[in-house]
Amino acid sequence: MKPLPAEELKEKAAEIRQEIIKMLVLAGSGHSAGPLGLADIFAALFFNILNHDPENPHWEDRDRFFLSCGHVAPAYYATLALAGYFPMSYLKTLRRLDSPLQGHPERMKLSMIESSSGPLGLGLAQAAGYAYAARMDEARFRIFCLTSDAEHQEGNHWEAVMFAGKNKLNNLTSFIDRNNIQISGDTEEIMPLEPLRDKYESFRWNVIEINGHDFDQIISAVGSARRESDKPTVIIAKTVPGRGVSSMEGKYEWHGKAPSESEAKQALKELKYKK
Amino acid sequence: MINKKLNLSPKIFKRDIEMKATRDGFGEGLVEAGRNNEKVVGLSADLSDSVRVSLFKKEFPERYIEVGVAEQALVTIASGMAAYGKIPFAASYAIFSPGRNWEQIRTTIAFNNVPVKIVGGHAGITVGPDGATHQALEDIALMRVLPRMVVLSLSDAVESKKAVLAAMDNGKPTYLRLSRTDSPVFTTEKTPFEIGKAEIYWESRDPKVAIIATGPLLYEALNAARKLSKSKINSLVINCHTIKPMDEQAIIKAAKIAGAIVTVEDHQMTGGLGSAIAEVLAKNFPVPMEFVGVNDQYGESGNPRELIKKFGLTSEDIISASKRVIRRKNN
Ligand SMILES: Cc1ncc(C[n+]2csc(CCOP(=O)(O)OP(=O)(O)O)c2C)c(N)n1
Ligand SMILES: [Mg+2]
Repeated sequence: MKPLPAEELKEKAAEIRQEIIKMLVLAGSGHSAGPLGLADIFAALFFNILNHDPENPHWEDRDRFFLSCGHVAPAYYATLALAGYFPMSYLKTLRRLDSPLQGHPERMKLSMIESSSGPLGLGLAQAAGYAYAARMDEARFRIFCLTSDAEHQEGNHWEAVMFAGKNKLNNLTSFIDRNNIQISGDTEEIMPLEPLRDKYESFRWNVIEINGHDFDQIISAVGSARRESDKPTVIIAKTVPGRGVSSMEGKYEWHGKAPSESEAKQALKELKYKK
Repeated sequence: MINKKLNLSPKIFKRDIEMKATRDGFGEGLVEAGRNNEKVVGLSADLSDSVRVSLFKKEFPERYIEVGVAEQALVTIASGMAAYGKIPFAASYAIFSPGRNWEQIRTTIAFNNVPVKIVGGHAGITVGPDGATHQALEDIALMRVLPRMVVLSLSDAVESKKAVLAAMDNGKPTYLRLSRTDSPVFTTEKTPFEIGKAEIYWESRDPKVAIIATGPLLYEALNAARKLSKSKINSLVINCHTIKPMDEQAIIKAAKIAGAIVTVEDHQMTGGLGSAIAEVLAKNFPVPMEFVGVNDQYGESGNPRELIKKFGLTSEDIISASKRVIRRKNN
């Protein structure tokens, strides 16, 4: 797909956010905060950064995208629909019986996704295995992974960080949704993650910290990841959970809750795209 | 007929029967356990609200331990605490604990023989809209294969509360299987509960089939028995809340009386209650048997009622299985 400039990405992100709210209110359950906070990163990935073709989802040379924190599925589904991977009408079926849009993404029901997810802490290891295998065959595409911050409490995740660092997987770029929330509260109270930068650096990663709502920063961080010659890159993206909906912003209580009809109405008002 | 001796709820077949999830009964039981015994500690991996350890956390903040999203650490930390002398209840979703941390449980809890209580919430297909990744359909199999592990699968909120107190006192590695969804509360405080003892909830003269159920689907089994009796098919219904150690005598006796068995569980047919019963019968008194359970598939999103229909776990499915097994017996 042709990369969109930052101004148009902003519009896409607004659409993603609106679709997230519409899906969740219909579904009556699901996750609000993480998906809203990630709308800008999803827009940047699928409308600018990734080399992919929705008309030809299994194109061999496409960049690969692994979503590790599967609970942010509403943002992923909205993005895939807007990019043309499946009809927008699918979004209305989120979490319903027989829907391809399961509560958490399922590869056997959506063939364009690389892996099923939901259980946390497993995405980076799969992406690293994929990147290692791709390098064995001198594949030219890149492998991207999106992780949440709280899944950094899982041992499996750090085992993968170690593996990727040791093996200098410079074809691998991982994003962290650094929104500082998890189900039970603030990550730094539940189980502190800081200093994240130092942790990754000590595992031999290239670390870039950005504002996860700034398209120029997102795109230029990926640019420097591409230029990195012997390390995997992690982009620590500071985000605001619930971004764009004032009653949800910064609130961990919205981790796993869907808006009511009146809350959704108010949210959609706030999310109207303004140039 | 309902077994009068068990003091089941008088509202058992009424429309206004109380609805409450087994996780809620567990949460209340854990608070009571905490009051009874100061060695009781609660642990969770960022799911204390969901699995209702939050009630305990509120009353005993200094005895609640939050480990973060780290199920492997959850049970191994609990193991260390149990070795010291505490009675830890370590709670998460069944898919992650014992799903993700099975070998840690095997080595540090069961092999070491320390009394950690592994609490697996959100078990079964009735988890609903979260979908397959969160619906544990294999946890009974994972736990019952472990030597020394006591495996409990609770059928209503009141029974779950009793199970917590019984597990607190049993001194053994113990697994408690809980569900997310509200379900009928058909037992009462006076209903007997003893680990390792299966109880006959529905009895009738000269039964043609014994239905052995575990978990909230026991209610579907009772409804099936009631409907079967209306079409003059007598049956027994057994609450098998303890999968391990299995009440072998009760199972063999039921097989002898009824000559045909149907097992019912919100779990894979492979490795769960049905398999455990089949092992007992094959060794002691083989009779025709049918399995009501999930047939070698993963679950999916949907509401719990739709899902138990789609996956064949309703009272209607139990009735069909009963008729099938009676035909096989008579052939
Ligand atoms: C292995 C595992 N354990 C527990 C859960 C339950 N769970 C879902 S999301 C979550 C943590 C939420 O924090 P984060 O991942 O940072 O997501 P955010 O709330 O920021 O969207 C947990 C514990 C899970 N999905 N996987
Ligand atoms: Mg977070």
